[in-house]
Amino acid sequence: MTTTNQVAIEAVGLVKKYGTTTALAGVDLSVPTGTVLGVLGPNGAGKTTAVRILGTLLRPDGGHARVGGYDVVREAGKVRSIIGLTGQYASVDEDMSGRRNLIMIGRLLGYSRPQARAKADELLERFELTDAGDRIAKTYSGGMRRRLDLAASLVGNPSILYLDEPTTGLDPHARNGVWETVRNLVLDGTTVLLTTQYLEEADALADSIVVVDKGSVVASGRPAELKAQAGKQSLDVRPAEPAHLERVAAIVAESTGTRPSVDVVNTLVSVPVSDGSSMPVVVRRLDEAGIAVTELSLRLPSLDEVFLALTGHTAEEKKSDAVLEGVGR
Amino acid sequence: MTTATLEPPAQLGHRSRPFAWVSQSLTLAWRNIVRIRQNPEALADVTFQPIIFLALFLFVFGGAIAGGGGWRSYLPVLLPGLLVQTVVFATMGTGVGLNDDFAKGVFDRFRSLPIARISPLIGAVLGDAVRYSLSIVILMTSGFVLGFRFHNGVGNGLLAMLIVLLFALSMCWIWVWLGLTMKTAQGVQGIAFLVMFPLTFGSNIFVPTSTLPGFLQAFTKVSPITYLVNTERALMGGGAVQKPLLITLAWMVGLVAVFAPLAIRAYRRRT
Repeated sequence: MTTTNQVAIEAVGLVKKYGTTTALAGVDLSVPTGTVLGVLGPNGAGKTTAVRILGTLLRPDGGHARVGGYDVVREAGKVRSIIGLTGQYASVDEDMSGRRNLIMIGRLLGYSRPQARAKADELLERFELTDAGDRIAKTYSGGMRRRLDLAASLVGNPSILYLDEPTTGLDPHARNGVWETVRNLVLDGTTVLLTTQYLEEADALADSIVVVDKGSVVASGRPAELKAQAGKQSLDVRPAEPAHLERVAAIVAESTGTRPSVDVVNTLVSVPVSDGSSMPVVVRRLDEAGIAVTELSLRLPSLDEVFLALTGHTAEEKKSDAVLEGVGR
Repeated sequence: MTTATLEPPAQLGHRSRPFAWVSQSLTLAWRNIVRIRQNPEALADVTFQPIIFLALFLFVFGGAIAGGGGWRSYLPVLLPGLLVQTVVFATMGTGVGLNDDFAKGVFDRFRSLPIARISPLIGAVLGDAVRYSLSIVILMTSGFVLGFRFHNGVGNGLLAMLIVLLFALSMCWIWVWLGLTMKTAQGVQGIAFLVMFPLTFGSNIFVPTSTLPGFLQAFTKVSPITYLVNTERALMGGGAVQKPLLITLAWMVGLVAVFAPLAIRAYRRRT
């Protein structure tokens, strides 16, 4: 790609208010062409609002954004011709077949009838929907619906794609299918902005991540950088025999000088450490005591732990508050 | 900061034709027709309902209302009136459908596409014109099967069908406006029934207005339904057509002049 170093999406100080609720309180985003930005945050964090502004569906109350070089407010038409939008808000027509949905979008985009049909067939094939193509979309499973939504957003061959929580509510198999598709699109040079509540998803797909909470960006960086920001590493030891948990915990405590947490259910002893220097000591002491272990690892914190460290609450806790917020809108 | 300016894909270039909005509107009207074909049960309000209404009023009330003539003499009076009622009821489906499209995110999909902003609205109304036409054809066919005939010439009969269609297209702007301003499709439907039943039953559709109490007669004298029904009866069966036709046309112009701008303003606010 010749445009690799250029910016496909750039937002500066986006503000959006609904009555007294501030959905976005000044969000900055920058996505280099051909990369994936993961926008990570709990329900009600403002992710969807940001996507709707960048997708020209909402006008920001403050700040501005350029997508593909075009202003999302003043050049909305040009923005629309280069983006694809998939999410719970931009839906296909449930009362039409998958094929007809795709043909309709092709016709709206100015394809001739044969071109629109060919494009629909190509996309149905690519998303393994050929057999279901003539059934009305209402009868599709969750995974099929999401694939059809994705296909619908690709009819115009967009160079920039927004995916608003593309895997929420999908089973792991369907989720993997969506991930695979996103990876292939990126290989073709598509720029992707992905919102998700799943830390694992952002970690798996995104080149860089911004963490949003209550309408503001609370952290940003590459996945590894974010994990490093959250600080300490963690030393995990899993004894082969659950009966050895107590002794392992004692050895770890002596070797590191810190009291470990003991997870009885998962048979895991875990202790935060500043570096790996205590690891050989632990290994030697376990060996002397004749205790076999199935796992001994030094790892960076998970993104769940990162989220907790950055926002002071976990993503899960926030969810229930956000549902209540959502009702008031 | 370098910002890439991305060109739209080349094969979509002719989208920018000056009349692209026309073909986009037609495509979206086609969508509404396809939806009807794939969900025939959604058509109940314009298919079975008029047939059932026709049968009920004709055979249950016909003898009582028409007296000695029986249901056969009631048919020429009832059918033009029922045609008006059916089509007027069908217009509220336009508002319900639009509201549903917004609620389900279908309009957001359209809005994220590089198409004329007005096309989805025009497409919805055009598509519903097909629904109205279908209900007219179904009811008239049922009438013909039962022995109804145009006694004032086929040309005038067809003109009557065209006028009732145009009236529906004028009136539907009320429901477009409500459909775009109200929160739920159920709400739109609720309001619609509250308005439609008094409007159509409090008229000359089923009975001569001379049998109505005074206050109701006063209402029927200003109701557009009365004049539309008189126009239809005159064109299909004979009688003075000029006065009711002119008043009906004036109502049509008035409905469009008031509610189309309101609807378009509501539409622009939501899109």
